[in-house]
Amino acid sequence: MAVELLSYIERKSPVHSLSGATKLIVFLAWSSAAMLTYDTRVLLVMLLLSLAIFAISKVQIRDISFVLYFILAFLLLNNIAIYIFSPQEGVKIYGSSHVIIDIIGRYNITIEQLFYQLNITLKYFVVTPAALLFIVTTHPSEFAASLNRIGVSYKISYAISLTLRYIPDIQREFRTIAQSQQARGIDMSKNEKLWKRVGNASTIIFPLILSSLDRIEVVSNAMELRGFGKNKKRSWYSAKPFKRGDYIVIIVSILLLILSLIITFYDGNRFYNPFM
Amino acid sequence: MNNQLSIKTIVAIGIGAAVFIILARFVAIPTGIPNTTIQTSYAFLALMAVVFGPIAGGLIGFIGHTLNDALSYGSVWWSWVFVSLFIGLFIGLFWKKLDIESGIFGKKQIISFNIIQAVVQAIGWFLLAPVLDILIYAEPANKVFVQGIVAGLSNIITVGIIGTLLLIAYSKTRSQSNSLRKQ
Repeated sequence: MAVELLSYIERKSPVHSLSGATKLIVFLAWSSAAMLTYDTRVLLVMLLLSLAIFAISKVQIRDISFVLYFILAFLLLNNIAIYIFSPQEGVKIYGSSHVIIDIIGRYNITIEQLFYQLNITLKYFVVTPAALLFIVTTHPSEFAASLNRIGVSYKISYAISLTLRYIPDIQREFRTIAQSQQARGIDMSKNEKLWKRVGNASTIIFPLILSSLDRIEVVSNAMELRGFGKNKKRSWYSAKPFKRGDYIVIIVSILLLILSLIITFYDGNRFYNPFM
Repeated sequence: MNNQLSIKTIVAIGIGAAVFIILARFVAIPTGIPNTTIQTSYAFLALMAVVFGPIAGGLIGFIGHTLNDALSYGSVWWSWVFVSLFIGLFIGLFWKKLDIESGIFGKKQIISFNIIQAVVQAIGWFLLAPVLDILIYAEPANKVFVQGIVAGLSNIITVGIIGTLLLIAYSKTRSQSNSLRKQ
């Protein structure tokens, strides 16, 4: 059960010292740009930028390597699946066909298809570092404060901070229950048959869920006693005030978003077509 | 609800999303078909939607799925996140009708719960997920429809079995309104 989750990594760097709200705005602008564009030039520039920011943040590759392996494996599978299901997708999008190698039927390899799949892969490489950086450089309790600052109601922000706060607790509880069930001889590993495994999993799920429902009761009573939700506003212990650097970063990132959209949609299409 | 989020709903969203993440991460059983797992987290989502209502259901799906994607893969697959929100929200819309707090969850409720969850999930996985995949990610249509259908079928079956059992177990912990008897 050595599956890890990403979490905050304490370092001293310019990226860490930005306010959480700034990083959230940049992250949102960044992902919307990456999601909307299919323009190879924009994607390449964004990739270079994100690698540069990654270097500034002083986060080491080995800190997050377990996620990287997973992403690479996922990308490979996804690319193979796209090719198997639709080997002519690129030809359809770019409207021309340059065959490199002929294989049976429609499964020939065209430059257009390779280019289309390169773009899909690039898109992934552009979004991922931004999300990774946001997660490992923003403290969970500051995250809630920054959500509140960009306009999410503080009750919802508080719910999200509760989630982040209780993930480790519930994970611990899950382990305890799983181990005590294993001590009673219940096998969760792949040695069991599928149906037996589903049944065995439910011997863990039921106590976990019912005890979580109790937990909801206890926590909401405690919050009620302290008068949570009485006022329209709430202050956050870990909120960071905006500094000059924050304003500069926000303005630059929004300008970049607009620029990327202008370049992408300049020719009336979200794909960049080098074959015309 | 009187138009505002009650404290209990907020806590249910927070802790519910945490449980959703743990279940999605640790209690997903591979079926043998590549990339397809039996997701016990959706059974839990259905339970929370029925117990705490549409707002809690939708937000548990949304927050849970977003954070799980972000924390374990480093990027969020928005089209499917939206499907989780949709499923939690629309199963939750029927919470008053199923009225699990009354402690009664018999044959009639089991049948209507399963019809609701099957219809909602069918719309979500067979229709919404593939269409959003095409709109946002421009992926090939036949690939995303096959993915959606496989995921949808496995989730409908999982929620049908584990979700129903969870709801029965939960309803037994509620005291029925006519459980007091005059001596």
